[in-house]
Formats: sequence, C-alpha cells, structure tokens
Amino acid sequence: MPRILSTGQAINEALAIAMESDPDVILLGEDVAGGGAREAEGTDEMGGVLGTTKGLVKRFPERVLDTPISEMGILGTAVGAAATGLRPVAELMFIDFLGVCLDPLLNQAAKLRYMFGGKARVPLTVRTVCGAGMRAAAQHSQSLYWMTAGIPGLKTVIPSNPADAKGLLLAAIRDDDPVVFCEAKGVLMQRGDVPEGDYTLPIGQAKVVRAGGDVTLVGFGATVAVALAAADALAQDGTQAEVLDLRSLAPLDEAAILGSLEKTGRLVVVDESTPRCGIASDVAALCVDKGFDFLNAPVRRVTAPHTPVPFAAILEDAFRPDAAKVVAAVREMG
Amino acid sequence: MQLTRERLLDAYRKMRTIRSFEEKLQELVLAGKMAGFLHLYAGEEAVAVGVCAHLGARDWVASTHRGHGHCIAKGVGVAGMMAELFGRRTGVCKGKGGSMHIADMDAGMLGANGIVGAGIPLATGAALTAKLKKTGGVGVAFFGDGASNQGQFHESLNMAQNWKLPALYVVENNGWGEFTPTEFVVPVSDIAERARSYAMHAAIADGMDFFDVFEKAGEAIERARRGDGPTLLECKTYRFSGHYVGDTLAYRPKEEAEAWKQRRDPLERFERRAVEAGLVDADDLRAIDGEVAAQLDAAVRAAEAAPLPDVADVLTDVYVSG
Repeated sequence: MPRILSTGQAINEALAIAMESDPDVILLGEDVAGGGAREAEGTDEMGGVLGTTKGLVKRFPERVLDTPISEMGILGTAVGAAATGLRPVAELMFIDFLGVCLDPLLNQAAKLRYMFGGKARVPLTVRTVCGAGMRAAAQHSQSLYWMTAGIPGLKTVIPSNPADAKGLLLAAIRDDDPVVFCEAKGVLMQRGDVPEGDYTLPIGQAKVVRAGGDVTLVGFGATVAVALAAADALAQDGTQAEVLDLRSLAPLDEAAILGSLEKTGRLVVVDESTPRCGIASDVAALCVDKGFDFLNAPVRRVTAPHTPVPFAAILEDAFRPDAAKVVAAVREMG
Repeated sequence: MQLTRERLLDAYRKMRTIRSFEEKLQELVLAGKMAGFLHLYAGEEAVAVGVCAHLGARDWVASTHRGHGHCIAKGVGVAGMMAELFGRRTGVCKGKGGSMHIADMDAGMLGANGIVGAGIPLATGAALTAKLKKTGGVGVAFFGDGASNQGQFHESLNMAQNWKLPALYVVENNGWGEFTPTEFVVPVSDIAERARSYAMHAAIADGMDFFDVFEKAGEAIERARRGDGPTLLECKTYRFSGHYVGDTLAYRPKEEAEAWKQRRDPLERFERRAVEAGLVDADDLRAIDGEVAAQLDAAVRAAEAAPLPDVADVLTDVYVSG
C-alpha cells in the first residue's frame, strides 16, 4: 500500500523520528516554529517559510528553536552545540545565504576535528533549500552545493525524491560529521511513496534509478527527474540510457560512476548549477582521470550557463537544464 | 568562591606558566627553532586565569588566535602544548593544529581560533548545550577588542540574551587590534557598553588585576549558572609583545608598553597584594617560578626529542566516518 507524501512531508517525518529517538537532536533556524506554541494568542505555527517543520514545535517545544535572522549566529552556535554534546539540525533557509555565514561551516565545522587531532566531533546537519524553478531569481535560487562539497571535512547530500529525503536526512542527523542536506526546490514539491518508520540510506552511495547500456546520465537532486525524462525520450529512438542518482556529492560514489561508465562507454552529467568548478566538472574529471579507457566519446556536461539565475519565467526556464538539452547532448555524442 | 591559599598559589602558578611559556616561545621562534604564526598572551594572564579559576570540567571555553593563555588557564597540559607547537606527533592536536588552533576537548577547551570572532558563537553553542542538557555548565568566550566589531559577536550576544544562555563573553581589550589603536575603530569608550544593545548584563574589570577579574567573573558565572543569563565582561588589559612574534612594533610608542610593564604587570601586582595581605609567602612564589621553569625546559626537551607525525596522518581525522 503506497503512502504518498511530498518531499517536505518526508523531511518533516524524518525530523520527528530523529527527535523522538534522540533527546540530543534539536532544530534551530528562522521561523522553524514561527508562531507555534502561542496558540493562546490565536496564532498557528508556520513551520518555516516552506512549512517543512510544521507541527514539530508542538511535539518538542524545548527543542525547536526560533532564531533571529542571524545566519552566522545560527550556524556558529550550532557548531558549538554540536561539538559539546547536542546533535543540532540548523536550517539555512536558502543556500544563497551561505554568503553571510560561510565561516562556521568552512573554518569551524569542517576543520575542528582535523585541527584538534581527532578529538572533536561535530554531528551537525545543515538543512538548506537550493535550486531554481520558483521564480525566486538570483539570490534565492542558486545551487551552491559545489561550495560545501568542495570543503574537506563536510559531507553534502541531495535527495531526488521523498523516500530518499527521509532516509538521507535521518542518516545525516545520525552521522557524527557535519552534513549539508540540500533540498532542491524541484524535489521539495515532488510526491512519492515513502516507507513508514525509521530507516536510513548510506551517505556516499549513488543509486542506479534506471538501467540501460548505451549511455550513462548522471543526475542528483532535481536533475534526476530531468535525466529520467531524457531517458524516456531517448528510448523512443532506441537509445537505452542508464540513470545514476548520485544522492551524495561528498563523499562522491566514484565506483558507481565508473562502473556505469564502464558499462555504457558514454556519460552525460546533468547539474542545475553553473558550469565552473562544480559537481559536473568533478564528475567529468573523474571519468578522464580514472575512466579514460572506458570512454567512447567525450564526457558531456549539461549545466546552467555561467550567469546568475534570472527572474522572468522564459529566462529562468532557459537557464535550467531540461530533458531536451540532455537529449541533444547525447545525440551530439554520436 | 573563597580564595584559599591553595587557590591563590594555583592561580599564580598558572599565570607564571603562561608568562614563561610565552617567553620561551619567543626565544624559540627568534632562534629559528619553531615555526608558525604565534600570538603571545604575555601581559593578559590575569584575565584567563581570573576567569578560568571559576571553571571546571562541565564548562567550556572558546578562544582566539592568542590562545595559549586560555589553554593553560583551562588546564591543558604544557607538555602536549609545547609538542604541538613543535609540530610533533605527541602534540595535543597531533601536530595538526599548531598555535592558532591549539585545543583540547578533554579539558573543555574549544580551541584557539584563527578567525577573529569565530570562537564567540562556539561558546554560545556550548552554553546552549549546557542549558538544554541541564549540565550546570557555562560557555565562556574569550576574544579581543577587535572581535567586538565582528558580526559573530553581535549575533551571538543577541541570541544568547534571547535564550538567556549560561554564557560569559570576556572581551580582552588590550588597546590594539593588530596594529591599530582600539579607539580608531571602536566608537564607544567601553566595549561593555555594547551589551546595552542586547539588554545584557555587563561589567568592567581591571584586566591587569587578578583579584578584580576573579571577582567580576565570579559574579557573572554565578549569574549564568543560576539561569539569569549571559554577561559581557570587559577586561582592560595590555598586550606586552607585538601582535605576533616578529612584529617590529613600529606602530606603538615604546613608552606606552614600558609604562604598562613597569606599573601594571599582573604577576607583580598579584604578588604585591597577596604577599602584603599575608595570603602567600614570596618564597612560595619563587619556588613556583623555579618549578615552572624546570617544567617548561623539560617540555621543550621532550618536544624536540618527540617523533614527527607520520606523513600518512595528513589523511586522518578529517571525518569520524567515511
């Protein structure tokens, strides 16, 4: 019997399970309660700007903490709390806001353990919304996971569907290292079957979500759906695409990427971020470094252009990778 | 808390250890025997020791780039610290941290910090842990006048006051932010005034006087432990040496430093007051001086003889798992 939830609801369920099963798990961020626990005043909770955390403050009033709009304070405090015995889940409303709070992640969370010779543990999860598609324009639509994935000491995961979101978030919260959990806008609205109960997915393992032998399409977060749509289109003229969902950007499942490449000989990586210094480039470099002998054609990257994210629908749609661009890239490979 | 003779001798031993440790490092660096960016705490000993005298195993401190004094005051062993500064495998951070990141979680020391102001939210987080887990502990942030211009300072104080956290913010106002006089970049005459923006309790202590720091910090920490919220404690102090070892000090009048050293040296003032009041004997202090010198000489010898890190260790301690 399928149980259909949105990704946002699956995340909410994972948070509730994590808090229920471990009294050290706390949730802090801007408006994560938002009017909650003040019903006497005739208010109701918002549960964050997208409603993802709704209902949690009622169940865990002492552990769901609204903060001021102080992202550096939120993350810095969460790092300190994580290092001293709590297991915080900090919400960074949009990943674009890394611009005002990078230090706690870059120089603290990522490095304490190493700098302290292995004595520290920072079991911090940062939940953050990324990606384009909501007409939120340049400062609320970026896909900056390449920044956190590029920092040694951090892990970065990005689910592509509601069931994975639940399992990956529970794994992130229970991981003893700092994990950035990216909620792609294109995925948050998705609905799908979500198993009941408590389960985790291993961090660092990609998953083949469609098998095929002619070309590998690598996606993650919102681009998994893009790759699957492209695979459908390609199948119509007889090209069988294999779709690999990375699920984790750091660590990167190199074996899964190379294994699929060995099978297909051709690879397209689809990334909704900009093209420079990013995940798509990383995957392409991996194929050249360690999979050169498997390659029957140059690796192709389908990414956004090297521009900010535009507002107008026609511009934003042109900015985003879509199935047609992926299909075109595959056809150009010959 | 009562200042028994035993406690006074311990405080003096810690202050003397800090002073001698820093003097030793200066010699070692100038002799080319030690590498790294080193920022010395000499002159400010009364602050770290006066505050940490109230702290125990359940309490956490977060520090700054000028962090050796906070380590020693919080109980980090000097042998492990010296080995760390020599980049040895036996160092308290296995040679991976060095001066600006020296730390010992086992001693409740959340690290020196190479980023000005970054220790402040870490201590705030420690205070949040103490409050939610009801440990009775406090989180203490030491930072300089310069850090009080950072956003991390303001965001942390605001959050700590909102949540009434058991935190203490100790600003060590030594008159200089790197090479710039504090008054050039801080428009308030007392940094303690900044607490008013956050409706936070504040106090000012003579940071060259152990007894004054001890008293004011004690009140603030008691307040925090009672659940009455955080305090911003400004300690007026002075950095005897330059910003870092090797600093030419071209920017600072020589007479200014001499005047502080001659009239307000925290160790001399401690001794005068404690001996005059009959609380300790000068002979006890001289004995401690000798013990500390011997301990540091031994720490240097041991560190020099200690093994270097294994090259393979560049890859370890990045993650707990994976």
